[in-house]
Amino acid sequence: MMNIIPLFIALPLGAAFLLPILGYRNFDKQKTGQAKRAVVISIRRRRAKRAVILGKRSKKVPDILVNLITLTLLVLSLMVINRELMVYKMGGWEAFKGIPIGIYLVLDGLSVLMLLIINVVGFLATLYSVNYMEKYTDKTRYYTLFLLLIAGMNGVVLSGDMFNLFVFLEVAAIASYALVAFGTEAEELEAAFKYQVMGTVASGFILLGIALLYGASGTLNMADIARVISQQGIKGMVLFAGVLFITGFGLKAAIMPFHAWLPDAHPSAPAPISAMLSGVLIKAIGVYALVRIIFNVLGLGETKSILYILMALGTVSMVAGALLALGQRDFKRLLAYSSISQIGYIIFAFGLGTPLGFLGGLFHLLNHASFKSLLFLNSGAVVYATENRDLEKMGGLLERMPVTGATSTIASMSISGIPPLSGFWSKLIIIIAAIQAGHFILASVAVLVSIITLAYYLKVQRLAFFGKLGQAWKKTKEVPGLMCTSMIILSLLCVGLGVLLLPGIKNMILDPAVEVLKNGAQYANLILGE
Amino acid sequence: MIYYLLCMLLFVIGLYGVLVKRNLIKIIIGLVLMEYATFLFLALVGYKKGGTAPIITKGFEKAVFVDPLPQALVLTAIVIGLATTALVVSIAVRIYQRYGTFDVKEIRRLKE
Repeated sequence: MMNIIPLFIALPLGAAFLLPILGYRNFDKQKTGQAKRAVVISIRRRRAKRAVILGKRSKKVPDILVNLITLTLLVLSLMVINRELMVYKMGGWEAFKGIPIGIYLVLDGLSVLMLLIINVVGFLATLYSVNYMEKYTDKTRYYTLFLLLIAGMNGVVLSGDMFNLFVFLEVAAIASYALVAFGTEAEELEAAFKYQVMGTVASGFILLGIALLYGASGTLNMADIARVISQQGIKGMVLFAGVLFITGFGLKAAIMPFHAWLPDAHPSAPAPISAMLSGVLIKAIGVYALVRIIFNVLGLGETKSILYILMALGTVSMVAGALLALGQRDFKRLLAYSSISQIGYIIFAFGLGTPLGFLGGLFHLLNHASFKSLLFLNSGAVVYATENRDLEKMGGLLERMPVTGATSTIASMSISGIPPLSGFWSKLIIIIAAIQAGHFILASVAVLVSIITLAYYLKVQRLAFFGKLGQAWKKTKEVPGLMCTSMIILSLLCVGLGVLLLPGIKNMILDPAVEVLKNGAQYANLILGE
Repeated sequence: MIYYLLCMLLFVIGLYGVLVKRNLIKIIIGLVLMEYATFLFLALVGYKKGGTAPIITKGFEKAVFVDPLPQALVLTAIVIGLATTALVVSIAVRIYQRYGTFDVKEIRRLKE
């Protein structure tokens, strides 16, 4: 059972490198004759030729392969639900005199929750990509980058030491920079450049924080760092490193003062990638890494100043993201601003520092992954069918695209917190947690932002899907079946995720994750086995 | 101590380049400087005065060894830095092909 942990990383990583090799051999055979000539210009002609020479079958091979891999990952992540804490020591290096020397992969409740989010959304996004990515020219390389993204994120949530966390974070981040620029249009390149500059600065801060921690504690293993810090009572350096990590991971998670890249980068990527970036990436390499390090490694769960910083940043992004989203006309840009606002909710909930706050934050994280990726897939479906992202020019699309329209209505209602959809429950928990912790004003701000959220999603629904059908869209067709399938599955998740709060199911997924954060620096003893 | 200060200075110079410069290539140089400052800091953390290479051989059993871990880390981090730099430079080149300029002020086709 223990041996399946490295598969989460090895499988997508191996496939990512296998795919271009296979791709060159089988799918691009006719290219070798003319390989020396300009490849880029002849892409369209080549595709046409390839279809003639090799038929449709070999073109489907990468699609099938990648979907199989993401499906396997999904099954694997379902298999690890509700297990004991597992520690996998790479290469079998046991601890030497109680000091861990090898590389550890750790699977605890919080990692399981993140793995579920990553691999469910990852599978649905690949399913969606089969048809959606047809209009781009190089699907094999797209899949390569996609698998690298998944490998990186799985690595981040499983890694048990700081440096591997950094390496996997960079793998995921580099893949995402390249994916944002994938269309190589002017806007996409501009967004990718902005994103990468911000991302690299963030990585610089994170690496500096890791170096400082290493200098202070002399170890890189997260559990060992936590132990050394609590035993020796290192204070000043830990706080400084904590602030560096908040800056670095805050940039990656697009919390408010560090958010500027997100509204450019997320809409510019192809729709399944937008769904992955907004739905999963900012959580896996931003929020997850931040809370894991702040609470479990640095043991700052009791430090008021850090919690206040988190709460303040969360509230600011919550409010400002929502207000900025109100004024948007571009469908995907509106969704991107809404992501900032919802990430604000999550950070705010963690900043409360109470078990109920953790529950709310983690549950909202899960829900946000489902409805925001669904909304981005919806926007992709609209772009696929109409080549248009401007909300003002849409109208009445529900008539022509019933599946897209209906699923986006469900997602919008869920994200704005209409009962009994999943978003309602997580927001309710966050607000109750805020009241319980005595922050009445902030709780009322959270309610208010929820109303603003409802306002701008009503605007989306009214402008895009309801009302009179625009003259230009009379002949619009619903998107292909696979795209519909993944949207329908996600909308079912939006409706049904509230189930996770039922007593029997709650202690399988959510409770173990909350437990991990609640334990704080006790994390060390669990892993090192005191 | 002076080395740490110089290292921080290098980091800040890099940050200045990223924040203030208008030319894409200068921004990239700023990024690279920031990265290098961090690498230097990591290497400094593992330095010990009068230390030797951490290989235990005859006659060197009790010697002072430098910490090899940060050096291994720096090597990995340099490789990652190479990948990011290559990618960002290639994006900058593609931007130049599209916009005909490296000036950030003129590369503004995205909506505000």
